Amino acid sequence: MDLFANLALGFEIALSPMTLFLAVIGCFLGTIIGALPGLGPSNGVAILIPITFTMGLDATAALVLLTSVYYGAMYGGRISSILLNIPGDEPAMMTTLDGYPMAKNGRAGDALVISGVASFVGALLATIALALVAPYLARIAYKFGPAEYFALYALAFATLGGMASNNQAKSALASFIGLGIALIGIDNNSGFTRFTGGNLHLADGIDFLVAIVGLFAVSEVFFFIESHGKGSAVGVVLGKVTVPWREIWSTRWTMLRSSAVGFVAGVLPGAGASLGSFMTYMMEKSIAGKNGGFGTGVAKGVAAPEAGNNAAAGGALVPMLTLGVPGSGTTAVLLAVLMTLNITPGPTLFADRPDVVWGLIAALLIANFVLLAMNVPMVKVFVRILQVPPAILLPGVTMISFVGIYSLSGSYFDLLLMVGFGVMGYIFRKMDIPTVPVILGILLGYQMENNLRHAMTLSGGEWTYLLSSPISIGLWVAAAMGFIAPMFLRRYLRKPQMVTD
Amino acid sequence: MIRSDRILGVVVVIVALAFIASAYNLPAGNLFDKLGPKAFPIIVAAGMLVSALGLIFRPDPEADWPEMTSLVSIGFATVVLIGYAYSLKPLGFLAPTAIAAAILSYQITPKPLYAVLTGIGLSAGLFIIFKYALGLGLFALPRGLLG
Repeated sequence: MDLFANLALGFEIALSPMTLFLAVIGCFLGTIIGALPGLGPSNGVAILIPITFTMGLDATAALVLLTSVYYGAMYGGRISSILLNIPGDEPAMMTTLDGYPMAKNGRAGDALVISGVASFVGALLATIALALVAPYLARIAYKFGPAEYFALYALAFATLGGMASNNQAKSALASFIGLGIALIGIDNNSGFTRFTGGNLHLADGIDFLVAIVGLFAVSEVFFFIESHGKGSAVGVVLGKVTVPWREIWSTRWTMLRSSAVGFVAGVLPGAGASLGSFMTYMMEKSIAGKNGGFGTGVAKGVAAPEAGNNAAAGGALVPMLTLGVPGSGTTAVLLAVLMTLNITPGPTLFADRPDVVWGLIAALLIANFVLLAMNVPMVKVFVRILQVPPAILLPGVTMISFVGIYSLSGSYFDLLLMVGFGVMGYIFRKMDIPTVPVILGILLGYQMENNLRHAMTLSGGEWTYLLSSPISIGLWVAAAMGFIAPMFLRRYLRKPQMVTD
Repeated sequence: MIRSDRILGVVVVIVALAFIASAYNLPAGNLFDKLGPKAFPIIVAAGMLVSALGLIFRPDPEADWPEMTSLVSIGFATVVLIGYAYSLKPLGFLAPTAIAAAILSYQITPKPLYAVLTGIGLSAGLFIIFKYALGLGLFALPRGLLG
């Protein structure tokens, strides 16, 4: 069978000592990044990208390292949720609801083990599903012409924007600002310079890595200056960690159901891991009923969101690899990695670079076992690391961002832009304007314009061509629904408040 | 009532109009590139206009801005980072990094000695990691001193 031949190829690449080493390093760094409050998968991967490039890793190696960090961060996010009631990253928020009460009942160790196993089940099943589903989706994607791609990009903005903010106008504004930034610089088709205001530094355009690191990493330091690093992890104690086998076995159906739902949530463009953990927690809560004790610290309440968000993390890779459209903030960052490596994601990726795709999938399967080992027996190591005070951590993150961008471009102008994006990220997040659509706009702007221009040239300037195939009509309808539906569902889908002491 | 949503909305309207004005000077399309370089920017700018008007006419409740002292220290941190960006090349890695890291550390947790040690430690530690473990080409000291 095809699948096994492909996986054999993948494992041949992934089992080389160098790749394995990178996977282990990535998992370790990722778990730390996920666990530290203020660093999540998207900004963690963002600050590591420039460094990865200057190390001169090849495409497969760089991808293996960064996706291991991504998976690791998804595992690690639960650690601070459970111990501190502070989600290490946004998808881990639902884990605080039952994880923190469990820790208060003196069962922090059990909560960490159960959620670690749930993460493993979710991520492993999602990676297997990724290997099964992605090639089929890639085959469908061959039918896509420029009109369909244009509609697909619109769908990504609509659903991502629809979910990301409480105000549709703000999501739309963020998307258009991103697209506008992408237009700055020389137009590759006509050779005209656009919107640089005569600034020579801008003629090459704004590098999306500069924007990503600024918006995701530098803006974080401003938040910590505002809060003076309150809510840090100093003084957490964790007793002996044992494995509650029976309790893990009792959550087996919860884990399986949550993995399936989480994977589907991840595949939908824009929905991502936060929705995955939210939906699975709510689903399990209603299945368990009033006597299920959700919210008081039960095993299922920890297992469901963790299986859900890790499965969603795997699912989000499907549209990113097959269509070149990211399903979440972090996969947008990973898309930036691919584009910088001159790899065009999309259906041709599976035909042209099977080594990259299958090497990545095999490496992710291996990474899951590494992560299980790190997150269950070795969890105490990470609890220790969590106690790094923010007064050391945040300056460190900022300096790493500067050195990374500087070593990539060697230009002080990019550093200034990065600071500018940092300030913009702070203001936008304060005003509840999502930053992920900005990144998506900068990443996809060039492709979106190219596809539109290509479609118009093919059709001789006939705008109805954009709606001429069933696929593109379907995508536009889905885009409209994805953008409008959250306005009506908001009443029911309100994010639950955090548990307070 | 003036809210920050409205201020941002007005700023974006101005930027969008400037975008459209600037796009009008670009040439129109031809047979091989029907739309040319001006059509998509105008679509994007129109989108910016509409969503900015949405912000102006239906603003959200005011964002939870920190008090003045925090805003001032965030502004100061921005100035420090801009200074750091300018000094990294002429002054080498070690000194600017130590100073910038110490200031940021002090701003997060105001303990002077602790901040100074953090700055020195981060600067030296990161230099060793970047230079020797990752092989990035950094200069430790001002280039003039090394000839």
